Amino acid sequence: MPTIVVEVMPKAELLDPQGKAVAGALGRLGKDKFTGVRIGKRFEITVDGPADDAVLAEVQELAESMFSNSVIEDVISVHYAGVDGFGASAAADFAVGNVTEDTDVTGTDVATPPAGETH
Amino acid sequence: MRIGVVTFPGSLDDRDAQRAIRIAGAEPVALWHGDHDLHGVDALVLPGGFSYGDYLRCGAIASLSPIMTEVIDAANKGMPVLGICNGFQMLAEAHLVDGGLIRNDSGTFICRDQRLRVESTSTAWTGGFSTGQEITIPLKNGEGGFIASAETLARLEGEGQVVFRYLDVNPNGSLNDIAGVSNARGNVVGLMPHPEHAVEPGFGPDTPAAMRSGIDGLTFFASVIERSLVGA
Repeated sequence: MPTIVVEVMPKAELLDPQGKAVAGALGRLGKDKFTGVRIGKRFEITVDGPADDAVLAEVQELAESMFSNSVIEDVISVHYAGVDGFGASAAADFAVGNVTEDTDVTGTDVATPPAGETH
Repeated sequence: MRIGVVTFPGSLDDRDAQRAIRIAGAEPVALWHGDHDLHGVDALVLPGGFSYGDYLRCGAIASLSPIMTEVIDAANKGMPVLGICNGFQMLAEAHLVDGGLIRNDSGTFICRDQRLRVESTSTAWTGGFSTGQEITIPLKNGEGGFIASAETLARLEGEGQVVFRYLDVNPNGSLNDIAGVSNARGNVVGLMPHPEHAVEPGFGPDTPAAMRSGIDGLTFFASVIERSLVGA
């Protein structure tokens, strides 16, 4: 089934207590080169049936109205699963139905993320 | 006067709110989140708790409940609505009040008897206080940091929509020490501290006079009752 990914982050100007706590722990582990951590959310929306631009637009709308609160958060991206490295490419994901991190890709031609992928 | 208290999955303080309403002299009406019916109440309380386990965002899923259609409609028509703690978060999520609530800057859950200053007595729920009056009611939250854009904040301050401000300490990092706000009309008030836990001698915050004798929260409910009598 196609999967659409929505990523939401707390607004940059706001204090992110979760990220701050994790950053503090990194410091205590001696990982001093990591100077900041901010924590957001990733939603994976499974679609019954083929996903097209209309569905993507509908998810975009939901991302702004429900999955995030614009007073405290920003929608960072709305995209087909795979575009960010969990699948092969947007086109391939669209063709075969999308994959997510825990999708069993056996029997599909979906490749693993390309080497050097930084996501 | 009949005051509805909406119970959501995960509400904790709905019964306390009903009790506070009864002690103040009105009739509490238990309302259910899944209904589309306010049962003809004259005012509404959205109580504290952890609706839907605070999933998604505090109050977010509850703000999409069936009954919220009627709550939002009634609020926009002027019905007094008080959102306490999780109820305040629902009001913010439903855009009935401005701003949002985020995790306490300390990163910890805070539970204490909190001194507040009443900044506005022109709301439906604060008419019985005097401006600048200092009150003490319990505060208990993990995500009570009030935030808003600089523009919104300036408007809230300028229009007198800041209703309560924290005194002594800012327990959660709220901007401008804001503990509670109202909508422009003043019928909708949301605050993080809990007036319903300070309504009966023996069960409220300590006061200089006696242990657990604080009943400053009673004035919230008495105010809305008084207002209905004047308006009748």
